[in-house]
Amino acid sequence: MAKMNMLQAINNALDLAMAKDDSVVCFGEDVGHFGGVFRATSKLQEKYGKARCFNTPLTEQGIAGFANGMAAQGMKPVAEIQFADYIFPAFDQIVNETAKFRYRSGNEFNVGGIVFRSPYGGGIAGGHYHSQSPEAYFAHTPGLKVVIPRDPYQAKGLLLASIASPDPVIFFEPKKLYRASTGEVPEDYYEIELGKAEVTQQGKDITVLAWGAQMEIVQKAVEMAEKDGISCEVIDLRSILPWDADTVAASVKKTGRLLINHEAPLTGGFAGEIAATIQQMCFLHLESPIERVCGMDTPYPLALEKEYVADHLKTYEAIKRSINF
Amino acid sequence: MTNPNNATITTVHTAEFTAGDALKIPTLRMLRDDGSLYEGATAPELDKATALKMYDTMVFTRVLDERMLAAQRQGRISFYMQCLGEEAATVGSAAALDDKDMIMAQYREQGALRYRGFTLEQFMNQLFSNEKDLGKGRQMPVHYGSKDIYYMTISSPLGTQIPQASGYAYAQKLRGLANTTICYFGEGAASEGDFHAGLNMAAVHKAPVIFFCRNNGYAISTPANEQFVGDGIACRAVGYGMKALRVDGADILAVYHATKMAREHALKHNEPVLIESIAYRLGAHSSSDDPSGYRSKEEEEKWRQNDPIARYRLWLIEKGWLKDADDKATIEALRSEILDALKVAEKVAKPGIEHLISDVYAQPIPALQQQLDELKAHIRKYPDAYPVTAGRLD
Repeated sequence: MAKMNMLQAINNALDLAMAKDDSVVCFGEDVGHFGGVFRATSKLQEKYGKARCFNTPLTEQGIAGFANGMAAQGMKPVAEIQFADYIFPAFDQIVNETAKFRYRSGNEFNVGGIVFRSPYGGGIAGGHYHSQSPEAYFAHTPGLKVVIPRDPYQAKGLLLASIASPDPVIFFEPKKLYRASTGEVPEDYYEIELGKAEVTQQGKDITVLAWGAQMEIVQKAVEMAEKDGISCEVIDLRSILPWDADTVAASVKKTGRLLINHEAPLTGGFAGEIAATIQQMCFLHLESPIERVCGMDTPYPLALEKEYVADHLKTYEAIKRSINF
Repeated sequence: MTNPNNATITTVHTAEFTAGDALKIPTLRMLRDDGSLYEGATAPELDKATALKMYDTMVFTRVLDERMLAAQRQGRISFYMQCLGEEAATVGSAAALDDKDMIMAQYREQGALRYRGFTLEQFMNQLFSNEKDLGKGRQMPVHYGSKDIYYMTISSPLGTQIPQASGYAYAQKLRGLANTTICYFGEGAASEGDFHAGLNMAAVHKAPVIFFCRNNGYAISTPANEQFVGDGIACRAVGYGMKALRVDGADILAVYHATKMAREHALKHNEPVLIESIAYRLGAHSSSDDPSGYRSKEEEEKWRQNDPIARYRLWLIEKGWLKDADDKATIEALRSEILDALKVAEKVAKPGIEHLISDVYAQPIPALQQQLDELKAHIRKYPDAYPVTAGRLD
């Protein structure tokens, strides 16, 4: 085990994947010599050469299309989109091409080797072009997998599983935690299975569900609620698509209540999908309406970021609202 | 063209490639390093007042950049971007325009913005995201914009303004306006799909737009030789069938002259024109960047000698329009003026909470109003957690 922050864990995962498999190639804007603007690909060009770790021209649609082509040939491109806010020029390549490559060809061709890595989320005074959480757009696209880690250990294991996955994965990294989140991480290769949520804390009164950087936010709210004698079960969804409805439903059947927290705006956010499925699976077990604590239905602000975000206090209030319904 | 392919068909009978580097575009330069004109160069017609306004604007942005980077380092603002080394490119081009020509910039064109008349207070209000910011404190520092002075608000995603400029200029044409649109972008942004779409749209629909590419050698850490293989960016314009001109971006007379020519051509013929300015991004990409990880001090030092302000200053002195001693006092006065304005702006309140939901739509939709009401109730419950807005919810 070694103490790593999330960037080091991601860098370590990429290093191990490239060492293990020659077909793994990392590229994106500033990814080469410089090692990426956040330094997630630091030293990889030095170690594996310019052919396997390189800068691309500044074109996200080019990066995604290039990754599609490489993956169609059988390689495993790990392409970085510098900020999730800048993934939209690549939307056509990802939604119409990456996601449907296998399906449209009757499995003659596939681009399952792809991982798109991209830092997402707020809390860094980034305004609306450096703070967005676009997971719901991609969760609406059959053929993609969408994964979001909460800490360095999860980031390494989930990223290695994403690279090994036979399906294309969008791997959103909570940039707020890149350096802020540290923890013990095994130095060897390991994978964390995709599509499985994790119960991070057992409880009996309410299930609190989140992912990525919001995990530490809800944890803070849960600790406040516990002082009021409310016992919370906490779940990290980890995979947004496919998502682990069984684990969530089992928890809700036990607690009778569910709160979902995400950074992205409320309307059309992934919490809506979860709420719809869980009310169907757990209807007779529910003691109160499913609560959603999310970003407001506005672009991500700058000066009023603190007011806008789905913070621990709003989550704490929603926990009480659910309990006292 | 009369053939259906809209291509020149000159038939040959043996195969031969046209080389990828067949087209070489010359670079216009008028001023020598010592401020004298090259033989054969004719200085553009400039009156003294305009010439000095151009100079003052360059000096202003130089001092502003120095002060505001320092303010960022002190933690007073969250982010900053300098235009060090590129002052002549943006000021010289803006000076060649009409005040009602639209400017669609990338994010390093404070020279053009200042030339248009953006006040020091307006700069500061945007940089501090306060309630007097025209953008209502919604965007990161340096994302300026002002309808009054025809300067479109900056958007961070790169290249998006390029096809928009084509559309804006086309609309100017349809309205019968005698105005053009200038669109600034970097050589990195020219890799975006929007660049190609925007140039082609402008050429096909004959939009009077000036594409002004600031080729400054770097897109964050990526040098131009890892960004493209062709001869700069100007040759691409020729591929889209438009006129192109490359200019030394550290030579303000050359930039001014080129932009005047481009403007005249664009308006007279309703055609887009592309200008490629060759300069060097002497500062970091932004306050979040550290160039020591990707380029040497020696390289930077070499380009520091190519100072656009120094070169123009020598020309002005030669003309007798500027005295050698003029500068020091001006710069000192500017520094304290900027510091004073900074101190005022940082004390101005943040935008009110109603601006969380204003401008999402022309009128807030009911769901948003409800979300705001819930938020206000929440803040009343926890006023200490939201100090920016708690005291003034009504």
